[in-house]
Amino acid sequence: MAVSTTWVFAEASEGKVATITLELLTKARALGGTVEAFYGGGDADTIAEQLGKFGATKVYAADAGDALQGAPVAAAMAAQIEGGNKPDLIMFGQTYDGRDVAGRLSAKLDRPALTNGVDVSADDKVTVQNAIFGGNTLVQTAFDGDGPFLALFRPKSFAAEEGGGGAAEVVAVDVPDTGLSGQTKVLDRHVEETTGPKLDEAEVVVSGGRGLGSAEKYEMIEQLAKLLKGAPGASRAIVDAGWVPYAYQVGQTGKVVKPNVYIAAGISGATQHLVGMKGAKNIIAINKDKDAPIFSIADLGIVGDVHKVIPKLLEALQAKG
Amino acid sequence: MQTLMNVVVCAKQIPDPAAPGELDPNTKTLKREGKLILDDSDAYGVEMGLQLADKAGGGEVTLVSMAPNSEVSGLRTALAMGAAKAILVSDPALQGTDSLATAKVLAAAIKRAEPDLVLTATESTDGYTGLLPAQLAEILGWPSITFAKHIEVSDGTAKVQRQTEEGYDEVEAPLPAIVSVTAGVVEPRYPSFKGIMAAKNKPVDEVKVADLGLSEDEVGWKGARQEIVDVSPAEERQAGEIVEDEGDAHERVVQFLEQLKVI
Ligand SMILES: Cc1cc2nc3c(=O)[nH]c(=O)nc-3n(C[C@H](O)[C@H](O)[C@H](O)COP(=O)(O)OP(=O)(O)OC[C@H]3O[C@@H](n4cnc5c(N)ncnc54)[C@H](O)[C@@H]3O)c2cc1C
Ligand SMILES: Cc1cc2nc3c(=O)[nH]c(=O)nc-3n(C[C@H](O)[C@H](O)[C@H](O)COP(=O)(O)OP(=O)(O)OC[C@H]3O[C@@H](n4cnc5c(N)ncnc54)[C@H](O)[C@@H]3O)c2cc1C
Repeated sequence: MAVSTTWVFAEASEGKVATITLELLTKARALGGTVEAFYGGGDADTIAEQLGKFGATKVYAADAGDALQGAPVAAAMAAQIEGGNKPDLIMFGQTYDGRDVAGRLSAKLDRPALTNGVDVSADDKVTVQNAIFGGNTLVQTAFDGDGPFLALFRPKSFAAEEGGGGAAEVVAVDVPDTGLSGQTKVLDRHVEETTGPKLDEAEVVVSGGRGLGSAEKYEMIEQLAKLLKGAPGASRAIVDAGWVPYAYQVGQTGKVVKPNVYIAAGISGATQHLVGMKGAKNIIAINKDKDAPIFSIADLGIVGDVHKVIPKLLEALQAKG
Repeated sequence: MQTLMNVVVCAKQIPDPAAPGELDPNTKTLKREGKLILDDSDAYGVEMGLQLADKAGGGEVTLVSMAPNSEVSGLRTALAMGAAKAILVSDPALQGTDSLATAKVLAAAIKRAEPDLVLTATESTDGYTGLLPAQLAEILGWPSITFAKHIEVSDGTAKVQRQTEEGYDEVEAPLPAIVSVTAGVVEPRYPSFKGIMAAKNKPVDEVKVADLGLSEDEVGWKGARQEIVDVSPAEERQAGEIVEDEGDAHERVVQFLEQLKVI
């Protein structure tokens, strides 16, 4: 077996473990061997049970305090590894903090990291699978030499499933002095208000693009999402234009969504958008250009004007109650 | 007394993203032939750097780039926007370099410029590992704040709004620091005609790996320690039913949603 111990960089917010972490723990379990979590928040006790349920036997707790996690958590991981507590594989989410910690650890250990993974296997070698060019080409890359190997995975690459374990044992670990590197300070957190299901957890996602014509027309998208008990999303074009906040963006540099139904309205279907949504079970596209690339992956493509089709659709759905 | 604000902006020069990407069948890495352009994502860093130097009442923007074949087209675009000069690392030994080795090279080049602040994009358009900012910071031993959507600098401190899953965090760090910027942090200017003319004579200092005190074993293929073992096409999603709207296409959508038991 190529891995006997896997670490998963754990993320959580307000006592709730992030979905990406649960996905990674599930996959780590499938690779065989021992699964342990490594966490940089101050509340490891409150998440130990959730981590255990998904397969972590231990959680190393390196409290980063009010600094950003990158420098302190990477230093704590490196100290463990240099002290002989050495996993074969360390899995990170391709997330804000995951990238910071993995990047710094990679430099500290002088080891490369494989990024944007969508799958991993551990036979003779540990091999990470990537999807490039908007997901139309799969690349398998194997690590050379000995671990620990560092790999980052895109959200939604694995389905999270409980393994039925008891609470993970909390092991407090030291955070070494990180000098200037660690001198970041989080002064305040701003949480943007949202109602309805979260974009990356919704069963239905309705996204609008530049084809809506103006910011005001985005209201149609919100109404449609609400009627379908889904979440509204967006292409980057309208996020960059300031019509909706970044949190709505679907795609390579936004959220990855895998809903039951994805509706793309006035979105051309650029590869960077497609990577964020082509895992949806069913795709409906509404676009006035019959040659728009979005139609090549849509299960139902409506060639038409969003300003005509959507109001009628809203009306029909409202009539149904 | 005026405080000078010297900013290094990492400026990646990439194949035109509008052209379909292609892998070299032998090396299985991205083909980087032909003319390269400034990565759009780095235009935000350039603009931010120019604005910060402006606000500080003095200082300049130095570009740092690693690219094959002494490529300068993308650098000229950024110089035309207003950057003062550039350091370009171009060396055949760099072929196949991964993100960590890129960080080593860029860190060595950055040291030459002695900046107060280094700006990068959160991820490049062609490689998008998104690791470089943190790797760079670790090598330089500096603090880093990634995913900035707003930056202010005063009294030797960078104050940044950092994008998060839920909104944003207010984060500060002492300078020198690395900050990675998101698209939308500022609106990049278009180079003026005067800027384009001036850019032609701005200095571009081209250096090789050895000039930076790095060994060729640390970079390129030898540095990468990973091997691409297979490249294959992904299973394609097929196009489904196409309906031209004749005024009643919404009915088909309703039907479809009903079949899926969404409504
Ligand atoms: C590094 C990088 C990362 C990126 N990341 C992302 C990302 O995460 N997410 C993302 O979405 N994009 C991303 N992009 C941008 C992406 O390349 C596209 O530019 C973007 O997705 C286009 O958005 P759009 O489809 O809304 O706009 P457009 O491409 O302008 O398409 C508008 C569409 O609307 C149609 N239309 C116009 N009027 C109507 C009408 N009245 N009725 C119906 N249809 C109409 C048009 O036919 C057209 O197809 C990224 C780009 C880069 C370089
Ligand atoms: C499809 C693909 C996948 C890859 N996957 C991996 C991988 O998993 N692991 C790995 O180690 N390497 C990988 N690489 C190689 C990697 O992209 C290159 O080594 C690249 O030089 C640096 O990484 P990046 O552009 O992805 O960095 P990012 O971290 O995405 O770049 C962030 C920012 O750093 C700056 N920057 C990056 N490169 C330069 C440069 N040359 N000059 C100036 N500024 C720069 C820019 O501001 C950029 O926006 C991959 C390459 C490709 C084409």
